[in-house]
Amino acid sequence: MSKLKELEALFTKGNITRREFLAQASALGLMAAVSPALLTTPAQAAAPKKGGRLRLGIAGGSTTDSLDPALFEDAFMQNVGWQLRNCLVEIDADGNPIPELAKSWESTPDASKWIFKLRKGVEFHNGKTLDAEDVVFSINHHRGKDSKSAAKGIVDPIKEIKADGKYSVVFTLEGGNADFPFIMSDYHLTIFPAGTANIAKDGIGTGGYTLVSFEPGVRALTKRNPNYWKEGRAHFDEVETIGIADTSARTNALKTGQIDFINRCDLKTVHLLKRVPGIQIIRVTGTRHYTMPMRTDTKPFDNNDVRLALKYAIDREQMLKLILCGYGSVGNDHPIAPSQRYHASELPQRTFDPDKAKFHMNKAGLEGHAFKLHTSDAAFGGAVDAAVLYKEHAAKAGIKIDVVQEPKDGYWSNVWLKKPWCTCYWSGRATEDWMFSTAYAADAKWNDTYWKHDRFNKLLKAARAEIDDKKRREMYVECQKIVRDEGGVVIPAFKDYVEAATSKLKFTKVAGNWEQDGQRCCERWWFA
Amino acid sequence: MDSLGTMVAKRVAFGLLTLIIISLLIFLGVELLPGDVAEAILGQSALPETVEAFRRELKLNLPPHIRYFTWLGDFFQGDFGTSLANGRPIADLIGWRFANTMFLATVAALIAVPVSIILGILAALYRNSLFDRIISMVTLSTISFPEFFVAYILIALLSVQLIIFPSISNINEQMSLLEKIHAIFLPCMTLTLVVVAHMMRQTRAAIINIMASPFIEMARLKGIKRMRIIVLHAFPNALSPVINVVAINLAYLVVGVVVVEVVFVYPGLGQLLVDSVSKRDIPVVQASGLIFASVYIGLNLLADVLSIISNPRLRNPR
Repeated sequence: MSKLKELEALFTKGNITRREFLAQASALGLMAAVSPALLTTPAQAAAPKKGGRLRLGIAGGSTTDSLDPALFEDAFMQNVGWQLRNCLVEIDADGNPIPELAKSWESTPDASKWIFKLRKGVEFHNGKTLDAEDVVFSINHHRGKDSKSAAKGIVDPIKEIKADGKYSVVFTLEGGNADFPFIMSDYHLTIFPAGTANIAKDGIGTGGYTLVSFEPGVRALTKRNPNYWKEGRAHFDEVETIGIADTSARTNALKTGQIDFINRCDLKTVHLLKRVPGIQIIRVTGTRHYTMPMRTDTKPFDNNDVRLALKYAIDREQMLKLILCGYGSVGNDHPIAPSQRYHASELPQRTFDPDKAKFHMNKAGLEGHAFKLHTSDAAFGGAVDAAVLYKEHAAKAGIKIDVVQEPKDGYWSNVWLKKPWCTCYWSGRATEDWMFSTAYAADAKWNDTYWKHDRFNKLLKAARAEIDDKKRREMYVECQKIVRDEGGVVIPAFKDYVEAATSKLKFTKVAGNWEQDGQRCCERWWFA
Repeated sequence: MDSLGTMVAKRVAFGLLTLIIISLLIFLGVELLPGDVAEAILGQSALPETVEAFRRELKLNLPPHIRYFTWLGDFFQGDFGTSLANGRPIADLIGWRFANTMFLATVAALIAVPVSIILGILAALYRNSLFDRIISMVTLSTISFPEFFVAYILIALLSVQLIIFPSISNINEQMSLLEKIHAIFLPCMTLTLVVVAHMMRQTRAAIINIMASPFIEMARLKGIKRMRIIVLHAFPNALSPVINVVAINLAYLVVGVVVVEVVFVYPGLGQLLVDSVSKRDIPVVQASGLIFASVYIGLNLLADVLSIISNPRLRNPR
């Protein structure tokens, strides 16, 4: 019966369609047990209601956080950032770019020049009306020589930003990029008033909530912006975002009703939390994935047979089961998630195959070589366990892996991009191009495999400016195939976002581009 | 009493010297850790040029000794500086958190100190009885469990099963004193359970020690009641070791509560210190480290002064 409960919950939340629900319930032989009320009323019929104080218990905050979007790095500030401010473009629950502060956009045919038309009459919390100067100022905050922005890498391809009149902004790019609007949805690139002097302390934006108080890593309190320009959004009177680093503390606080929502559930106990009355589990397939990049410019990883041998020597199913408790999906050695537009579902899934691993290792003439895998839980929770598990799998193929545990501190500066083989994660990007050009293109600064594949780079460049959807898909499929077969990365699994909330919280389809409904839960959700 | 004054002055001077040495050690310690604030904050998204810009802006490219002495100079002028990570004045970051830490420590001390001293006296009074054994066993058990375990047990019992107290103690300035005390009840209990054993056992041992002295024998021969002997004759003479152990435990209540703060999401200094170390935010680490050190030095000094006052033999040395 618990399976039926789960199905009902999924259906009411809109995670599965009515058809899927009926099919699965019948398959269980449980149709008689289904509450008739569930099927007669369409799911989520009730219109969003206003009011209430939403209390979020969030992991991913730090007392060193700042309101400066250039320094946003984790869940707490991503969420608070979008409570206070907006981007030019928003990503909807299906992963499509939809207008936010930009009313519309268009590009030249080669996609190298983009014109964003701004919405008129949008007011900042301080009463100033949004215009093109604010956008130029906000984006320039991340550019230039003195930028210390985490988003510098993604705004680097912008050659020039110009205001064209009061409500139009022109971006000139170094090369064509058909996905540029997606870039403008990045959580760092929120818009604040031109001339803001101390952005680190100033929470003025155009967002659905205004800042009441903010104590980094501890608590942010915001209240509804009565003047919010978006129709049918931001329903809560107040939002209290509380930083709770400890998983048990988060879970207990939710169970005892002190908060309404928690992110990052403990995967080992979430099946118990599911049984608590009045609590719903929100599970979304995301784009976050775990990777093990090998430096293809360094011996012995410059030999594709070595890379293939290591790719065949990992049991992905078991990784998924043991490291993620099943909350995810297996990877296929390329970074494009199953939920993404151009995911190559036609590529056969790579499986654990000790014989093939042995074959490729012999071909490379490196049987008996000990490979050093550098790892730390800084890469992802359970990275060290994953490496040890990998070592066991590889041993079955006669491949020796030495797990080197590195300190958590400074992992990203001293190990990643430096050691020949390490563990890493990627949050995933909204588009194929964005992901590939961040970490796989030959000239990418975060090309953590130091991989330079001519055909791949040519395809990537062509696909970026390709407008024909069918051709574009073919190109991206080939890209994924090349990364899978010749790239330098082992991708064991994609991770689901698993969150929990009181069942009083209501929402429609939950987005998977970031945690917390694409970090927009405060705008999109409401209390029943 | 003059010698006491000189002693205090000397100890304060040594205390200040200790603080400077501590600040140097903290600075060196954080310098030795891999990475700096720029790399720690930018993490995976760091680019060489953004890290460089970060360092330029925060003057991290200056040599370490210059940074240390600049900081020390400002510190002596009463300027704690600003956080490297988010540019907030450190006085703002630390002030209310330190008040919170002190609040929790004070409430816990107000419960723990009287309880443990009374229990210690009772244990000495009913020495080797069933009562003595039970309280020894119980308090030693609670001190032997890790704090977070005691905390989770209390949460499971008093917050999840019986919904009496909140499981997280995220107090804020809008709450009244009573609401705050209600909110911090569980962390308070946790701390009390963790420190009672130490103080209780010391009180018991000190009193039993005194009980073997001839003057107690004398009192007993005079026919005074055992309770009266312990409270009026033995306890005042046992004060010195008790004061010392109380001081150590009070210091622990202020500086050793990081784990309890994390479990109960209590906004105190501990979490700030941990986050600042992991982000290499040296000025914040320095300021919190020095506050903790001052608490230790201050309480130890106080303990010494109090034991001298309570002991005529120390008060009038030959």
